[in-house]
Amino acid sequence: MYGGGFVDEKERQKDPVVQDDPIKLAAFEARIAAGEKVEPGDWMPADYRRQLIRMIEQHAHSEIIGALPEGTWITRAPSFKRKMAIMAKVQDEIGHAQMLYSACETLGKSREQMLNDLLSGKSKYSNVFNYPAITWADVTVIGFLIDAAAIVNQVLNSKGSYGPYCRALERICYEEAFHLKQGQDAFAALALGTPTQKALVQEALNRWWKPIIHFFGPSDKMSVHSEKLMRWKVKMASNDDMRNQFLSTYVPKIQELGLSIPDPNLCYHEESNSWTFSDPDWDEFFRVINGDGPCNKERLAVRWWAEEHGRWVRNAIINPNERYVVPLA
Amino acid sequence: MNDIDYNTALKELLFKMADDQYIYGHRTSEWIGIGPIIEEDIAFGSIAQDKVGHSLNIYQMLHQLGEADAEKLVFTRNENEYKCCHLVELPIGEYDFAIMRHFMFEHAEYIRFEMLTESSYHPLANLAKKYKGEIKYHIFHANTWLKLLAEGNEESKGRMQSALNQVYPMAMGIFEESPYEEILRSEHIFKGEAALKSVWMERTEEFLQSVGLQIPNNKDFSEAMGGRKGYHTEYFGPLLKEIKEVFVTEDPSASW
Ligand SMILES: [Fe+2]
Ligand SMILES: [Fe+2]
Repeated sequence: MYGGGFVDEKERQKDPVVQDDPIKLAAFEARIAAGEKVEPGDWMPADYRRQLIRMIEQHAHSEIIGALPEGTWITRAPSFKRKMAIMAKVQDEIGHAQMLYSACETLGKSREQMLNDLLSGKSKYSNVFNYPAITWADVTVIGFLIDAAAIVNQVLNSKGSYGPYCRALERICYEEAFHLKQGQDAFAALALGTPTQKALVQEALNRWWKPIIHFFGPSDKMSVHSEKLMRWKVKMASNDDMRNQFLSTYVPKIQELGLSIPDPNLCYHEESNSWTFSDPDWDEFFRVINGDGPCNKERLAVRWWAEEHGRWVRNAIINPNERYVVPLA
Repeated sequence: MNDIDYNTALKELLFKMADDQYIYGHRTSEWIGIGPIIEEDIAFGSIAQDKVGHSLNIYQMLHQLGEADAEKLVFTRNENEYKCCHLVELPIGEYDFAIMRHFMFEHAEYIRFEMLTESSYHPLANLAKKYKGEIKYHIFHANTWLKLLAEGNEESKGRMQSALNQVYPMAMGIFEESPYEEILRSEHIFKGEAALKSVWMERTEEFLQSVGLQIPNNKDFSEAMGGRKGYHTEYFGPLLKEIKEVFVTEDPSASW
């Protein structure tokens, strides 16, 4: 699972401006235009490295934080089949975090530094995980639709320019396909189940619709152009393009199951192959991303628990003679 | 000896094994997302899946012997119908406790299944051969971590010794005898709890001593007993409520 690929322009404006060697830069851009992958030891613009670190790190954090809302339901999963599936799924998500932290380490930031920045609130994770999973039906909405949205994003990013990230994403996408399958199955079981179950899943869908629309980030019209990141194949598609692709695939699937989309203004436009919808309150999106969402505190508190209660374990197994080395792949 | 006695003894054995595995899997799964390092979230995640998977196979075996199906057994039984030992019910606690419980429980599981490979009840003997292979990895994991922490720094050594003092008496509840020990032995279903316990003591003591830990001489095991008769700790009620939360409260007629 993973959130959006949202590029925070305010954060980027704080980055120091580094003048890259113009000859190296031209050669770098030519390589990317030719479809080559960039590998850890290769020369890369400072801003490329910085933006990739930010993105992969956010992605990794989204995986470990994303494990939490569903993780609390493992012990309450209502059948053997669901329990086995959700345990395997949540475990996979942690595995994704592990792969992504490793991919990010090849750019020169250690896992410890990344986790510290998560705890201090300096680095972000996907907004969707700051919303609560109130009932079992919420778990099925996450497993189906949030994973589906994440797949749209991750499949695109796996075609990006940075080798280690692309390779991690290829493995991740393979596992995500199973998540989607089990999520859809659990979701459909409720939608086609008893009246109580159907009501439960409709309510959950209503709760999650806004975060789902938020998932890919603000409209392209609202965000500053990220042309350079697109040219460098760091960002692979615009927020609106990804959202349109998601809505075109999944709105019909939701409706086929007899559920309704909780937005009377949701509308498909054939000429432009795009969707319009009610204003999803982008102010809320920014409030939540800056720490003021329904579950931000709770999510970080869990990470703090793990940090504090696990510290003695990490101290006991640390080898004082070991030095941090940037891995090559 | 008649079939009824044979089946009663067999089912009593199967129930406590499946309940131990299911409840231990439940507790272990609670570590996913909060382990001391990410690799441990993943390891405990795999172990939890194996345990719940093992319990499912045994519940299915019980179903073939005339009991309700696996879902009903897990989601609708009352507290006193569960036969797990107290050790597996205890909350996850800290990582020292988790690793010590893991070590004690997995070794008992491994030896139990080693013995059951010779069971006169062939479906169980076949399952035991399969499980043994999987539990071998759990043992490897438990031993590795126990050694790392018991031989780590002063703090971790101290913590592992206190965990041992706390868990050791509780582990004795694993071996609480059933009323059918004699039938189990004479019918060659299982060599019995006493035999299991003596092999377990030998193996765990040897390992614990090799990593510098002292077996406590506390001989009061009363707290650990009763699970096999359906008496549980204060932690079991809330745990069972959690298991049943969706299944029972939302809509018991539904399939999920
Ligand atoms: Fe994932
Ligand atoms: Fe996923």
